[in-house]
Amino acid sequence: MTENSAELRDAAPLVALRGVNKHYGALHVLQDIDLEIAQGEVVVLIGPSGSGKSTLCRTINRLETIDSGSIEVDGKPLPAEGRELAKLRAQVGMVFQSFNLFSHKTVLENVVLAQVKVGKVAKAEAESTARELLERVGVGAQADKYPSQLSGGQQQRVAIARALAMNPKVMLFDEPTSALDPEMVNEVLEVMRSLAARGMTMVVVTHEMGFARSAANRVLFMADGRIVEENTPDAFFTAPRTDRAKDFLSKILQH
Amino acid sequence: MGLIFEDGNLSAFAEGFLRTIELSALSALFSLLLGFVLAAFRVSPVPVLRYFGTAWVTVFRNTPLTLLFFAVTFMLPSLNVHIDSFTAAVIALSAYTGSFICEVVRAGINTVPLGQAEAARSLGMGFGQTLGLVVLPQATRSVISPLGSVFIALPRNSAIAGAFNVPELFSFQKVLSEEAYDIFAIFFWIALAYLAISFSINAVFSILERRMAVAR
Repeated sequence: MTENSAELRDAAPLVALRGVNKHYGALHVLQDIDLEIAQGEVVVLIGPSGSGKSTLCRTINRLETIDSGSIEVDGKPLPAEGRELAKLRAQVGMVFQSFNLFSHKTVLENVVLAQVKVGKVAKAEAESTARELLERVGVGAQADKYPSQLSGGQQQRVAIARALAMNPKVMLFDEPTSALDPEMVNEVLEVMRSLAARGMTMVVVTHEMGFARSAANRVLFMADGRIVEENTPDAFFTAPRTDRAKDFLSKILQH
Repeated sequence: MGLIFEDGNLSAFAEGFLRTIELSALSALFSLLLGFVLAAFRVSPVPVLRYFGTAWVTVFRNTPLTLLFFAVTFMLPSLNVHIDSFTAAVIALSAYTGSFICEVVRAGINTVPLGQAEAARSLGMGFGQTLGLVVLPQATRSVISPLGSVFIALPRNSAIAGAFNVPELFSFQKVLSEEAYDIFAIFFWIALAYLAISFSINAVFSILERRMAVAR
C-alpha cells in the first residue's frame, strides 16, 4: 500500500489544510498546520497526548473551529455553521473515542436515522442499507438491541456502520479504540483495515502502532501542536528522523 | 362535613373543580410548549434567542404569580387587549410555569452527553434535528420526575385565579363562607379536591417515569 502513496498524492487533494492555527486560551494547540490528503489515502496521526492530533482531526468537519488558515474538503472551503456545513458534515464520516451511539435508539435505528432525516432516503431503503452495513461490520445479529446492551467493540463497529451509511467521502477516526477493552481492539481495527482496503479515504488518530504500520499510507507525528514528522509507516517506525519521534517511539515500542 | 351535599352546593363545587382542571390542563399544555421552546432558545447558537430565553426566565420565574395576574388583568386592557378573566389566568399561569419548565428541560439537556450532539452534527443534522431527534428525547426521560413537581404545583398555583374573577375550585370557598358554613368543613372539601388532582398527576408521572426509564 505504501508504494502508491506518492502517486495518490499527485491528484487534487480531497482534504487540504493550509496554515491552520488554533488556540485554547493561551495554549496554541494547532500551529501552522499544512496537510493534504489524497483520495483513497489512509493517514494516521500519532503523537503524545495533548499534541493536538484529536483537535486536528475534529477541525476537518468543523467540530472544532480554527482561528486562522483554511480547510478544504473536496475542493470547497468549510462553510460557516449552518445548512451548508451540515450538508458537508454528512459527507465526512466521524467515529468517536466514546462511540456516541444514540442511546435512545436501537442499533438499526442508529444507522437509519440520519439516512432518512438528512439524506432523505426512503425508510425501507435506509433499513436495507443499514442491515447490509451492520452485517459487513459483523453486528447484523444485534440490529434490534439498544447500544447499552452491546460490548464496546460492537458499539464502535455500529458507529462505523452509522457513519458509512451516509456514504462519506472521507472517514475521520478520533482514537476509535482508546476506550475499548484490549480484547475488543482488534475487531474494530479489522473493520477499519477492510475499509482501507476498499479504498476509503481515512484520517485516523490512534495509539495502535500495528494498525499504523499495516494500514497507513502515511504517518504524521504530532507534538506540541505541530506536525513534526511525516513519512511512510515503514520509514517512520524503523528510522524516525526527529528526536521527538525517537523519544515517543522508544517509550511506546519497548514492550 | 355534609355541607357539600346541601343546597345544590355539590354542583357549584363540581363546577369549580372542573374549572380548576380546565385551567390547569390548558396552562400545562401551553407552559409545556413554551418551556420546550424557551429551553431550545437557551441552548441555541443564536445569541438573540439565548438572551430572550434567559430574560424570560429571569422575569417570570422571579415575579410573584399574583403580580403576574395583576399585570395580565390590568395591563393588557390598558394596551387595548381585552380578554376574559379565564384567558388572562391561562396566560399568567403559562408564562410563569413555562419559565420553570424551561429550566427543568435545560437541566435535562445538560445531562445528555455532549458526544450525542456531536455525533448528530457530524452526521449532517442541523441544530433543530440534533435537538429534536437526539438530545430532547433523551433529555425528556431524565426530566420526567422534576417536570411532575412543576405540574403538581400548577393546579395549586391556579387557586390565585379565584381572586381574579375565575370561578374555580378555591373561589368556591368564598361563596360558602359567605353562606356561613363551617370554615373547616369548607377547607376540608377543597383540600380533598386539590389532593385528588395532585395525586392523579403524580400517578400519571409515575407511570411515565417507569415507561421511559433510561437505558445507557
